[in-house]
Order: sequence, then structure tokens, then C-alpha cells
Amino acid sequence: MLEIKDLHVAVGEHEILKGLTLSVKAGEVAAIMGPNGTGKSTLSYIVSGREGYDVTQGDVRLNGENILDLDPAERAARGVFLAFQYPVEIPGVATMTFLKAALNAQRRARGEPELQTPEFMKRVREAAASLGVSQDMLRRPLNAGFSGGEKKRMEILQMALLQPRLAILDETDSGLDIDALRVVADGVNALRSPERAFVVITHYQRLLEYIRPDTVHVMAQGRIMRSGGPELAQELEERGYQDYIAQEAA
Amino acid sequence: MAARQETVARVESIDVDAYKYGFSTDIESEKAPKGLNEDIVRFISAKKSEPQWLTDWRLEAYRRWLTMPEPNWARVHYPRIDFQDLYYYAAPKSTPGPKSLDEVDPELLRTYEKLGIPLREQEILAGVETRRVAVDAVFDSVSVATTFKEELAKAGVIFCPISEAVQTHPELVQKYLGSVVPATDNFYATLNSAVFSDGSFVYVPKGVRCPMELSTYFRINEQKTGQFERTLIIADEGSYVSYLEGCTAPRRDENQLHAAVVELVALDDAEIKYSTVQNWYPGDSEGRGGIYNFVTKRGDCRGRNSHISWTQVETGSAITWKYPSCILRGDGSQGEFYSIAVSNGYQQVDSGTKMLHLGKNTKSRIISKGISAGRAQNTYRGQVSAHRKADGARNFTQCDSLLIGHDCGAHTVPYIESKNPSAQFEHEATTSKISEDQLFYAMQRGLTAEEATALIVNGFVRDVLQQLPMEFAVEAQKLISISLEGSVG
Repeated sequence: MLEIKDLHVAVGEHEILKGLTLSVKAGEVAAIMGPNGTGKSTLSYIVSGREGYDVTQGDVRLNGENILDLDPAERAARGVFLAFQYPVEIPGVATMTFLKAALNAQRRARGEPELQTPEFMKRVREAAASLGVSQDMLRRPLNAGFSGGEKKRMEILQMALLQPRLAILDETDSGLDIDALRVVADGVNALRSPERAFVVITHYQRLLEYIRPDTVHVMAQGRIMRSGGPELAQELEERGYQDYIAQEAA
Repeated sequence: MAARQETVARVESIDVDAYKYGFSTDIESEKAPKGLNEDIVRFISAKKSEPQWLTDWRLEAYRRWLTMPEPNWARVHYPRIDFQDLYYYAAPKSTPGPKSLDEVDPELLRTYEKLGIPLREQEILAGVETRRVAVDAVFDSVSVATTFKEELAKAGVIFCPISEAVQTHPELVQKYLGSVVPATDNFYATLNSAVFSDGSFVYVPKGVRCPMELSTYFRINEQKTGQFERTLIIADEGSYVSYLEGCTAPRRDENQLHAAVVELVALDDAEIKYSTVQNWYPGDSEGRGGIYNFVTKRGDCRGRNSHISWTQVETGSAITWKYPSCILRGDGSQGEFYSIAVSNGYQQVDSGTKMLHLGKNTKSRIISKGISAGRAQNTYRGQVSAHRKADGARNFTQCDSLLIGHDCGAHTVPYIESKNPSAQFEHEATTSKISEDQLFYAMQRGLTAEEATALIVNGFVRDVLQQLPMEFAVEAQKLISISLEGSVG
């Protein structure tokens, strides 16, 4: 599904990703763990197409297609979804309006018929009910005045609605209490399927107790330092990231 | 939502130079000789067979105008206007005055058809889903058609060109003309008083709720011609009227001057809702051409508990200089000003309002949304004042500015003065940019850059759009998106 080879990314003179290689298969949940400031969010932005970064080397392929020249909307239409660490407020635009515009924009881009309001409403209501998102929230402007937990639930609701092929969750656990974390994890687990891949970026092992990964990758100093199974997460929880930072320095 | 998607489709289908009303109509016209002097003023007055008092009123204004300096306090820049290099009167030759639609030059009808303005009452009736709107169409200096006059007359509402009202209702015109904006008010209003050509006249009698929306559609066609329209609306005791004006002009390389005066009078318990969708030609992408829109609009809440509200969507003109105001004279009267001013390219906007609280327990509310893109400069200038007798005066002002890109500017210049200790004035102002975060977020969800911008802008102006009559809100939403075409990416 996702193939990243020898990716080098810089912002201005400053190189952030330094030869990152990662492969995630369809149906796989890959966890990316690492200390702060190591380029985890940058990785999520590069895959989803944010401007302002120079890819100096390497490539990113989605189902065999090089996606680096596509804009964010084109990637979204191909099934890339990013659950933001800090969801953005859009004042004056009702959440429901935004969701419908986004869903139908993607459908248009894929040559699918637009969803009519009754069917759309049905899908939103179902997703909202399972994530504990109130009707009132759907009427309010997107993310405006939402609490941290509400914003994260709204991200997962959008994911459920948009049914992406590749979902990247950037520190979705940050700022969540244990109950909210469980709701969010349930939402993600409900979407796991053989056709869909997840990249779960997190700093802590805690989230991975609820969303069990198939693979765990340790990211430090702008690249993947080590890959393994779920047991690697446990090891990191006990020993921290010292080894990897030290390894780099040595 | 449908409207937004349609907006996007329309935006995509147009060229970089997006102004779609830029065509000109090839029609023979009768003009006054170029330049301005007392003979020209007399010529205009004679063309309209005006009574002596009005000719004298014009001449007095002209003489006063000669002594007045051009205002230079607004934050706009333009080369000096040569007032002797303009035509002050131009009329399509075939229509010496408004008559029945059958007699109107077909070329003119086609022009309004192209502009999407229905002048045939039957056609309007045939369209089941649209609400009926009576239209007065002003082409250069004269009104060419007014629809639904008979039906309005049944309700007692007078809706006709002001030149006609001078003949048919001289007592009303004489009583109210210049009573809100005096002939000596300011440079452009005084010029207008001397040479005003046509415009609409509305009188709604006591206790009558006007049975349909009234609208006037202004079109400048001739080259080097100033348009000086004059609109006068009187709402008698306990009456209500909603009025909309729209404006477009051909795409021409030179600048054209538009200096209008609008006067509103609301008597006891009367309400006037005045909406404007201003889409004069804004000039090309290099800043050449476009309309200078120097307009004086003022409403007088003359009666107790009267109510005047101004709603404006300003997307056109090279330069806009315009401050629709309310004089809150009657006790308990209310004034409102809702504005969306969009500027792109090299457009300059200096606009806002004045709320002058004279009566007791008067209330006013100002919501202004300025959007700047390209190299445009957008200034909100507003005055709120309470007279010493204005016990319990209240105002709420909110001015929000949205910047798109790095080369534009937004400025807010509020003047607030109170001579009464019981007055309560609130002022809130914000300036924000469409952030890269917002754009990226919306695009990550599948919206294109244009769709994302349209959505964010529509969110920004929502409070004001809600004030417009439904059909016009949809039109305005489209217009805003089209005006911002080319401002992203």
C-alpha cells in the first residue's frame, strides 16, 4: 500500500528526514514511535502533501503510484487521510456542511456520483452515534470551541465517513483522557479491514494497548532505526528512546 | 451547499479576467456636450422638463460645488479627476423617457437579459420558484423600464424613476429631496445634486407593507460618462419596504465616475431594508480601468421606533468610497449596517458607516466583514456618536478583516464619541488570514484550493449573508467567490 524509499526532506537548510524507508501493507496497522522532534509529524505531512517541505531525495508510492507531485486534495481522493494532531478550526462553516463538501469533493474526483442529503445524513448519524458526537456538535462551526477530546473524536468521525485506504493518525492520543482514548481506539478498530492500512504515530505505548499494531517502527533522527512486532513497543516503554539517540551520537 | 458547488463550477469555467458583465451595448445615445457648466445643468433639467424650483436647486448646488475642495481623507489613491473631460448626460436615443416595455429598444432588453435582470413581467410570473421582484432599470442617465408598476399602485406604493416622480408627485419630491443629504453635504453629493440624472423613487403609504421586493438595476454603458443617480425612498408611518440595488458596467480601459446619492426617510414605526449588491467593473488585473464609486447614502430614522437597515455586498469598483449611514432621530429608532466588502487585484475600498444617535433609547448595530486579496487595500471607517440628549443610546460594532495572500492590506478606523453618559457603545475588531493550516486541512479532506477558499470565506461572511433576501444571498455568495478568483495558489 505505502512504500517510502530513502526519503530525504528539508525545510530550508535544515534536513528533517534523512533517508527514511518504510513499507506498510494493506490490512496492516503500523505504529511509528519515537522521541519528540524526530520528524514524525513531518512524515505525516509529506505523505498527505503539505506544502513548505523540499523532498531532496527518495520517493513515496501509494499502491505503486508516485504521489509526491499530487496536491493534498488529489491524494485525499486516492484515499489518503490524516487525523491531525492539532485539528484546525474553521469559523462560520457548520461541521455538517464541511463534511458533506469534503465527501462529495472526493467522490467527484473519483468520478463517483455525489451523495444526496438523506443518505449522507444517515451515514453521519451512524458514525456520530458510535463516537459519541452530538447533533449539536455537527451543527456548530467545525472544531470551533470544541474541547481537545471533541476535536479528536471529530477527526475519527471524518475518517469513518471518508473511508480512506491509508489512514495516518498523528498523535491522536495526545490530550485524551482514558475514556476518550477508548472511544477513539474503538472507532479506529471498527475501521480495520484487509483493504485498509493505518500508520499510527505516537509517543507513548499507551495508545497501542487499545489499537494493537501489527508492526512497530522506531523513528529517531529522521529515519526508521528499528522495526519489529508489538513486543518492540513494550520494550520502548521500559527502556525509553535513549538507545536510539545514543546510537546516533556514537 | 448546492450554491457553493455551483460557485466553484462557475469559478472554474471563467478566465483569469473574471468580470462577466464587461460587455458593452452598441446603442446610439444622446449626450450632453462634454464638460460641466451652468448650461449643462440647465440642459439636464430641461431634458427632464423639470419645474423651476428644481432647476434652481440644481444651479445652487452647482455654484456651491465650485467652491468645495475634493475630499482627500479617505485611504484611497487615484489621479485627479478632470471634471471637464466627462459627459454628464447620456441617454439611449430610442428612449426619451420610460414607456411601456414594448417600446423599449430590443438591444436594451437583450442587455438586461444578458445581465440576468428580468424586465418582462410575464417571464417573471412564469418562473414559479422565484419570488417576484419589481425592477427599475437605469441605463446610463435614464430609467428605461420599471416593472410591476400597476400592481404596486394598487397597494398605493409609488415606484418609478425619480424623473417621473418629479412630474407626477412633485409635492413628495420637493418635500423630501435633499432633506437627508442636503445639496451642500459633500463634494460628490453636491455634484450629484447639480447633475443627477435618474434613479428610483419609492413612496410607501401609511400602514402598507410593500407586497414585493423592489429593486433598481444600474448599468453604465457610455464611455467617459459619469453616472449620477439619485434615489429617494420614503416609508410613511407604520409601513415596510425592502429594496435592492444592483450595478454593473462594461470593461473599459479608462476609469468611469459613479457618484450617487441615496436618501431614505422612515417615519414613525416604519421600516426600510436597503440591500446593495455592487459589482461595478473593478478594473483589469494590472489595475487599469474600473469604476470610481463615490457614493453618499444616508437614512433618516425620522419617526419614533423607525428602523433602517443597510446591507451591502461590495465586490466591484476600482475605488469605493461609501458610508451608508443612519441618523437615529426618532426616539426608540434603530439603525443597522451589515457589510461585506471584497477587494482583489488593485481595488481600493474605504467604506463603513455612521450611526448618529440623536433620539432617546436609540439602538444601532454594525457588522462589517472586509476581505482583501491580491494587492487590494480595504479600510473600514465608521463613526458612532451619541448626542447629549440621546439617553440610553446603544451601539454594537464588530469589524472583521480577512486577508488572503501577502500583498494586501486591511485597516480599521473607528470614530466613537459620546456626549451622553448613559450611552453604551461596544466595538470589537479582528484581523485574520486564511491560514495555511486551514487551507491544508480542508484540502487534506479532498477540497481543491478554490473550494477550500470559497468555503472558508463563506464561513467568514455568513452573519452578513443571512441578512440578505434569500435569492440575493445566493447571488452574492457566487459573486464573492468569482471576485476572489485567482487569489489562491
